[in-house]
Amino acid sequence: MARAVTPQRKIANTAIAWAIGFLIFFPILWTILTSFKTEAQAIASPPIFLNFDWTLENYAIVQERSDYMRFLWNSVIIAGGSTVLGIIIAVPAAWSMAFVPSKRTKDILLWMLSTKMLPAVGVLYPIYLLCIQLGVLDNRAALVVILMLINLPIIVWMLYTYFREIPVDILEAARMDGASLKEELLYILTPMAVPGIASTLLLNFILAWNEAFWTLNLTAVDAAPLTAFIASYSSPEGLFFAKLSAASTMAIAPILILGWFSQKQLVRGLTFGAVK
Amino acid sequence: MGRIQLKKVTKRFGDVEVIPPLDLTIEDGEFTVFVGPSGCGKSTLLRLIAGLEDTSDGLIEIDDADATALPPSKRGLAMVFQSYALYPHMTVRKNIAFPMKMAGMDQAEQDRRIEAAAKALNLTDYLDRRPGQLSGGQRQRVAIGRAIVREPAAFLFDEPLSNLDAALRVGMRMEISELHKKLDTTMIYVTHDQVEAMTMADKIVVLQAGVIEQVGSPLELYRTPRNKFVAGFIGSPKMNFVEGPEAAKHGAHTIGVRPEHIDVVESGGEWHGTVGVAEHLGSDTFFHIHNTGLAETLTVRAIGDVKLNHGDTIHLSPRLEEMHKFGADGLRIG
Repeated sequence: MARAVTPQRKIANTAIAWAIGFLIFFPILWTILTSFKTEAQAIASPPIFLNFDWTLENYAIVQERSDYMRFLWNSVIIAGGSTVLGIIIAVPAAWSMAFVPSKRTKDILLWMLSTKMLPAVGVLYPIYLLCIQLGVLDNRAALVVILMLINLPIIVWMLYTYFREIPVDILEAARMDGASLKEELLYILTPMAVPGIASTLLLNFILAWNEAFWTLNLTAVDAAPLTAFIASYSSPEGLFFAKLSAASTMAIAPILILGWFSQKQLVRGLTFGAVK
Repeated sequence: MGRIQLKKVTKRFGDVEVIPPLDLTIEDGEFTVFVGPSGCGKSTLLRLIAGLEDTSDGLIEIDDADATALPPSKRGLAMVFQSYALYPHMTVRKNIAFPMKMAGMDQAEQDRRIEAAAKALNLTDYLDRRPGQLSGGQRQRVAIGRAIVREPAAFLFDEPLSNLDAALRVGMRMEISELHKKLDTTMIYVTHDQVEAMTMADKIVVLQAGVIEQVGSPLELYRTPRNKFVAGFIGSPKMNFVEGPEAAKHGAHTIGVRPEHIDVVESGGEWHGTVGVAEHLGSDTFFHIHNTGLAETLTVRAIGDVKLNHGDTIHLSPRLEEMHKFGADGLRIG
């Protein structure tokens, strides 16, 4: 029997949910608001919430001072490249672990996950030196590979959980129906796993897009993505909050829009397997 | 054609031998049921025949050709799974068409067979629906439709009715039997339900711990069970077993009498006890009898609605000509 929910309780629950949602969203909202303020209003005390002189000046200055499109393009290449490369490697890996597990499969999965527990800075030095040795510092291809490796455990885990949800019976039925391994993958497994593959792609694109540690440390000019674009506005001679906010807003806008349009996929992807 | 022969077929998982070397012949057109308690290896045996599991040893021949190393797709067998295993992203039409598409059959022939199967299985109105929009019974029919369209050498059924409710199960049981009469194709059917086995089979294979206990027609198994296990497994309610002096009187270690072979008499009778639980089915009444001094409980079937209350004394007369006798090793001696 469903629990009875009184109308008051319902209103209270809704209010609490909205309050938490607002709290989480507030920093982003504040960044967006600040981007429309003058520098003086941006650091005014007490802070001004809405009652300021709305201006687009910061955006104009940011556009003038740096080449936004170049950073954007680098972000797209790095996030997109690492995600696609990761999926290509992860699909067969997750497939074999889900459908032909060995005695060591669980250990391998845990080991892969354990690499995510290592603080990134712990391997910064060796990787930095490697990049210098190979002459790939500030190189997009190198970042694609590095970010792919960083996110690979998550991609494999996500796909593994998706594939595990597909009943083996259905794949066996396909085999009985005369399907070869190729046909089984093409006509049965892939169509059934499309939602899973799509949300894995999406989540990893977002993770790679937002990745700042490696992109900041391993790029300078040529391969610098939007994270570097934001960082370039926090200068040692003093922060320009309004301009920094404008740059941040421009940097997060594409991913925010992508996230907005694909939220259904994302939520499904992240809660998949939790509820039967 | 669909003659299937197992020669010394063995299956080991690691060090555990789930099926010791086993020989079995299933004749063309025969309806064979593998029955046994859960974990007896009946599903594993079916999967070995299907090719979904590899044999550890031995030969599997389909129509006298060695099929041991063939993948499932090349054996020409069709299987109906307990979970139906329909393709959720395809319509009923595409589900049924799938094996024909894999076989590269031309479209006109595919359509003709789909129409025929849909008509035979009452699925014509549902051809454009997805499996998710169908009831359990309809899904089961789609699974059967998918199996029949390619005209396989044999059908394999893995507990196909256990997800259906009781009424539907009886109906589907009849439909599958009808289908067998109509197609006259070899069918191998796995179940743990001895009623399904008795009602459908030409030949029953009783399995326990991977070993075949007995092979025979339903009535052979009922009348002359080879050992105590088969005697207890076939027939419902279970056969009564009595050991000790009463069995010795008949020259056996154990005697077995089915509930329907014990008569309730007004007075006299060889056995006496007190009535425990009575199950009134209308046509029959099953009494569970205690305090007989023979076994903890005796089950007795009385025809019709017999009025006896809990705690009443009851007089019983077992039919000697229907009595089964077993030796100390559990094997039948008469």
